[in-house]
Amino acid sequence: MSIEVKNITKFYDEQTALNAVNFTINKGEIVGFLGPNGAGKTTLIRIINQITMPDTGSVFLDGESLRPHHIQYIGYLPEERGLYKSMKVGEQALYLAQLKGMSYSEAKKRLHYWFDKFEIGHWWDKKIDELSKGMAQKVQFIVTVLHQPKLLIFDEPFSGFDPINANLIKDEILQLRDEGSTIIFSTHRMESVEELCDDIALIHESKKILEGKLDDIKRDYKTNTFEVGLMTKRSADLKQTINTKFKVSNANFKSLNNDLKLNISLGANQTPNDLLAFLTAQAQVLHFKELIPNASDIFIQTIKNN
Amino acid sequence: MNHIPLIIKREYLAKVRKKSFIIMTILSPFILAAIPLLIGYLTSLDEDTIKSIYVLDESEFLSDSFQSNDQTIYTKLTDIDLDTAKAISNQEQADGLLYVPKSSLESIAEHIKFYSKESPSLSLISSLESKIENRLSELKLQNKGIDLSLIEDSKTYVSINQESFDGVESSKTGTFMKLLFGVFSGLLIFMFIMIYGGMVMRSVIEEKTSRVIEVIISSVKPVQLMMGKIIGTSLVAVTQVVIWAVLGFIFFIILTSIFGIDLADAQSSQQSLVTEAMSNPSIGDEIKIIFNEFTNLPIVNLLVAFLLYFIGGYLLYTSLFAAIGAAVDNETDSQQFMLPIMIPLFLAIYVGGPTVTADPNGTVCTVLSYIPFTSPVVMLMRIPFGVPIWQQLLSLVILIVTFIFTVWIGAKIYRIGILMYGKKPTYKDLYKWLKY
Repeated sequence: MSIEVKNITKFYDEQTALNAVNFTINKGEIVGFLGPNGAGKTTLIRIINQITMPDTGSVFLDGESLRPHHIQYIGYLPEERGLYKSMKVGEQALYLAQLKGMSYSEAKKRLHYWFDKFEIGHWWDKKIDELSKGMAQKVQFIVTVLHQPKLLIFDEPFSGFDPINANLIKDEILQLRDEGSTIIFSTHRMESVEELCDDIALIHESKKILEGKLDDIKRDYKTNTFEVGLMTKRSADLKQTINTKFKVSNANFKSLNNDLKLNISLGANQTPNDLLAFLTAQAQVLHFKELIPNASDIFIQTIKNN
Repeated sequence: MNHIPLIIKREYLAKVRKKSFIIMTILSPFILAAIPLLIGYLTSLDEDTIKSIYVLDESEFLSDSFQSNDQTIYTKLTDIDLDTAKAISNQEQADGLLYVPKSSLESIAEHIKFYSKESPSLSLISSLESKIENRLSELKLQNKGIDLSLIEDSKTYVSINQESFDGVESSKTGTFMKLLFGVFSGLLIFMFIMIYGGMVMRSVIEEKTSRVIEVIISSVKPVQLMMGKIIGTSLVAVTQVVIWAVLGFIFFIILTSIFGIDLADAQSSQQSLVTEAMSNPSIGDEIKIIFNEFTNLPIVNLLVAFLLYFIGGYLLYTSLFAAIGAAVDNETDSQQFMLPIMIPLFLAIYVGGPTVTADPNGTVCTVLSYIPFTSPVVMLMRIPFGVPIWQQLLSLVILIVTFIFTVWIGAKIYRIGILMYGKKPTYKDLYKWLKY
């Protein structure tokens, strides 16, 4: 399912929550929704879920303007989530599945499939109260994906999970993508953005300020800087020499016997090979790596520049 | 997609399965029955203690007035002075000493005194006063040469027979019964609104605090959720009433079998009661009047009105309760918003009750029976006295229009409020939410 957000604006009282936001997500992509707290991510997610209505603009799913019947194609795991505490796990999952438009028997069949997959079949008659937070989160995840939604929206899906379960959920999310689901993934944990997202959209102060393929953005943000480790007896001299041709600063990384560790930036007409040739003529090169900005760097830098 | 039936089912089952519901449903009739019994028992305990009063009557006007009975023992002291009498009374731990000094019949009333260790009860003093007053009046009448038996013979009791212009007979008993039915149905509506309105509110708060709400409203419209909740909870109320009715019936059967009274017997004993009453015309009249009055009550009107006003009043108030539940994070914060809702309800009971008693067609209670926030309670109090149909219809139309309005307002506040956490909202916030 593809999503097109066109010119969405939303005001709360005097405050602008979203200001003319546009973007497109293609089928089968995982898009990271990034942005500082209060940027408008949750409002946007709520608009796609038809919980909140936009003041202007529209959302299109597969080219069709958003309508009430679309909720059955969307699976939403909100950040503020929970389940009825005194209700039994199975009963509750069935209720929530039926609210998404599944029939009772279909819901039951699919629930058993997931409960078996996660090996939690024996929880069926337990109350949510009796489960730990992580266990309840697992149930919540199942409820979100149970109706095989074509669009999945996860808001901080890994909070409350230990690393083992977080990995389990991550694999499930990747599998859902491979099966053709489009996934919106909102989080502050940049390492999971790196691991999961093909695309990112960065929202700041109610505006979208960055959007695109994560790799393309990284290419745009990289500064042609290389991390270099050299074996040499005359560190100070060498640094001086390199500095005459390239921009040099000290680097800090772990290695066994590098005498000189530097970050070296290339000038306008210099290639990595120029640098490498220059270095090999001077000393033994033990470490040579291009510095590529990660999602976290991009996030911080973009927000600062705005 | 219409999910309301699904939501109703969940709300209903969640509440009916609660242990507190089961316990309260079974226990409350017993508690209700036990409270009057307990009060009766405790009061009788007090009455069992016998009071001992010493009387020193130097005037000798009142010598025959104080005869000991079950509750009070009067001990007459003679030929001693006041100080000795006080000392004796104190020593014997009497509850008090009544002192009547020697004086003329005209001025004696001002000089009578009561001495006691602790302040006497109001009822004791009143009973002594009335005894003394009666006796002194008799003596004064006799002094003026009036035959007391003449006065006794001249006493007359009046009970006015009432009849409406349409020829329906009535009586004070009838008025009393009308009042009883009216107040009872009014109170019933009041109670149901309070109990089940609170239940709806708590259930909304629960969804907020457990944070399940955002998951739910990504599947259903908030209005559907709210209506499902309100209807589901009302069905719980109906279930409770049905269980009470069944329990009452079973209780009745058990009682009659334990005490060996079967229904036929009861009927025949009633028959004999009636025949006995026939020989004693005044009691017979009373019974006939009660039966008569019961059939004279506008039962059908009362039942239909109860149902309509119950539905109307319940929807009106619970939608507001639901809105409050949505606006706050916990029950403590709900207090400030509860007050303006409670005021009209209490007004209905505390102003409606007395004004209907004073005059069922008076201006105040007529007006209150049009105002939708008080009409469910006050109109039901008035209906047994006969309210023109056009008045009832007008009041119902106002009620319906208003509850559509409050459900709309409630839904608006609910829609926004359920997603707001943290800050306790003000009235200004609620007003803003209406415009989102």
